[in-house]
Amino acid sequence: MTSGGVHSGEAARRRLRKRHAAERRFRLYGLAAIGLALGALVTLLGTVVVRGLPAFFGYEVTLDLHLDAARLDPQGGRRPGDLGRGDYGRVVKDALRALFPEVKGRRERRRLHALVSSGAAFDLRERVLAEPDLVGSTIALAVPLSDDADLFFKGGVDAEAAEADRRLSDAQITWLRALQSEGRVARRFWTRFFRAGDSREPELAGIWGALVGSLWTLGVTLLLSFPLGVAAAVYLEEFAPKGRLTDFIEVNINNLAAVPSIVFGLLGLAVFLNLSGLPRSAPLVGGLVLALMTLPTVIIASRSSIMAVPPGIREAAMGIGASPIQVVGHHVLPLALPGILTGTILGMARALGETAPLLMIGMVAFIVDVPTGPTAPATVLPVQVYLWADSPERAFVAKTSGAILVLLAFLVAMNLAAVLLRSRFERRW
Amino acid sequence: MTTISRPAERSQLYLTKITTRDLNVWYGEKQALFSVNLDIERNRVTSLIGPSGCGKSTYLRCLNRMNDVIEGCRVEGKIALDGDDVHGEDVDPVQLRARVGMVFQKPNPFPKSVWENVAYGPRIHGLATGRAELDEIVTTSLERAGLFAEVKDRLDDPGTGLSGGQQQRLCIARAIAVQPDVILMDEPCSALDPIATARIEELMEELRARYTIVIVTHSMQQAARVSQRTAFFHLGAVVEEGETGKLFTDPREERTRDYITGRFG
Ligand SMILES: Nc1ncnc2c1ncn2[C@@H]1O[C@H](COP(=O)(O)OP(=O)(O)OP(=O)(O)O)[C@@H](O)[C@H]1O
Ligand SMILES: [Mg+2]
Repeated sequence: MTSGGVHSGEAARRRLRKRHAAERRFRLYGLAAIGLALGALVTLLGTVVVRGLPAFFGYEVTLDLHLDAARLDPQGGRRPGDLGRGDYGRVVKDALRALFPEVKGRRERRRLHALVSSGAAFDLRERVLAEPDLVGSTIALAVPLSDDADLFFKGGVDAEAAEADRRLSDAQITWLRALQSEGRVARRFWTRFFRAGDSREPELAGIWGALVGSLWTLGVTLLLSFPLGVAAAVYLEEFAPKGRLTDFIEVNINNLAAVPSIVFGLLGLAVFLNLSGLPRSAPLVGGLVLALMTLPTVIIASRSSIMAVPPGIREAAMGIGASPIQVVGHHVLPLALPGILTGTILGMARALGETAPLLMIGMVAFIVDVPTGPTAPATVLPVQVYLWADSPERAFVAKTSGAILVLLAFLVAMNLAAVLLRSRFERRW
Repeated sequence: MTTISRPAERSQLYLTKITTRDLNVWYGEKQALFSVNLDIERNRVTSLIGPSGCGKSTYLRCLNRMNDVIEGCRVEGKIALDGDDVHGEDVDPVQLRARVGMVFQKPNPFPKSVWENVAYGPRIHGLATGRAELDEIVTTSLERAGLFAEVKDRLDDPGTGLSGGQQQRLCIARAIAVQPDVILMDEPCSALDPIATARIEELMEELRARYTIVIVTHSMQQAARVSQRTAFFHLGAVVEEGETGKLFTDPREERTRDYITGRFG
């Protein structure tokens, strides 16, 4: 280096310092951005987890239920038809009253009964139908508390507040404490939340119905959008003659990817429900609508990963006499598959979180039964979140966050499956 | 070199394998080949030389109809392989490419194992029934390509993991595994070092006993070393063609002389 060169001396050193400072600043901006994003993510997840965890637990009270044959099986035949019509609610109420014989008067008794969930009678019936021989005996059965009582044990009721300001009366609180001191109240992992469909009673409401609905819907979406999208991409990339028409199609596919999802819902309403007469609220229709929405994403991702396959591979295969279909099937698609899968999973993730278009086709209905097929009425996870968030009962706040957690877990499971699939198909060379 | 004794064999050896008559090629509006007439002789190596962009690759790609898939490429004229028009209605380009194999400038093995690379062609053409027969084809192809000794313990390793020269020989093995009549090579050594190049040149000498070889090269020395016939292309036309020895020592055309003496390019 010559001493007189422009790249040495004080001026050059100053320029260098300036450049280094700029580089450091740029790195700092990047770190700050990542930090901010991480902070937001942690806050969001933290809030949802803290709020949602109580939804996974609940309180049950153990009652000594006298299965009075006169109430449950007046005919005495122990036939399932008769047993199913028995007055199980009465049995539960009797058990409560036996615990607190001092409670008199219709209103007070009604309050006492209100401590136990209306689901208790259903649980009892199920138990008796499974074991008809129990009729006549007395059994100890843990039944769910009502949402208000549950909230009390979870610390959500302020006993110091004025009686009129809380959902539980002084008497009810006294009874609950008595039940607790007798050792009848226990905290349980709330499997009901993962087993049941929706319900008006928060303690009985579960996410399983919506989860199965999401599974059916996404199944239909995947089954339609993946093969159609890949086929369209292969045709456009490998076979379609380049020209005005292809350009026109390409522009329109790109535009479709940017169309707001609710528009697809309107389209589904007009075409699938009104025109084709498919059932409302069905995963089939939801899947069709979401497939329409996902298709452009799959096509665009597939095209770009097909385009990224080195042309040398195509020439090599063609050069030894592989037919166009063989070139695509044996060489191009396997190499493009990881990229195609990534695009598909992105589209599916978006479809999983989509609410608006499903509202248009009636998947927002209150549905108790777990859907049994693609045409059974169903709702999906994000719609369930929306429904619960909209419910007045306080216990649904936790359910909402719990449902969000399940939705996130579903998403993570989906992405994990994609990663596993990708690593299976990804060439190690 | 094998000595030729019997006259029958001799006439067979110098039979024309490919005839090209009045071949014109356009890429869109732009004409790339102008009325090319060229004969390729059986079991000999023909090299195509000429400055960059003069249409050597274009001509080569006409021989196995690889130009068919290029958007906007139009081919007129007659190319006959063993007397049959390759553009004939009953000719399937896919089948033609099995008869006329190609080795490209850049080694392009499939991202699969060495074995898979060689076995792929025979498999899609149904040349083997069962794994044992395929193994046999893979082994002989690799042997003929002079690669077997180097890769016999790594047949299941990726073909893309070989060295550049080995990859190119793998591509040659892949081409001969489908038992073509003709092998087209477009600057097969341009990405290789002198040792790998020498290896492939030796190989061509061995291969021409069974195949007809057409090679595009920018190296005059290589053309002189490996080929028996040479065609000089310039601006999309064949300026001169003939026996390699004659063309390099005593060219008829002024332009040929200028090119081979390096006075233009
Ligand atoms: N796919 C294509 N589309 C349009 N023009 C092309 C295409 N391929 C080649 N050409 C044109 O045709 C002419 C001949 O090209 P070609 O590739 O045959 O030359 P070449 O002799 O092989 O050159 P090089 O020695 O550089 O490989 C060139 O002018 C080139 O620009
Ligand atoms: Mg070329």
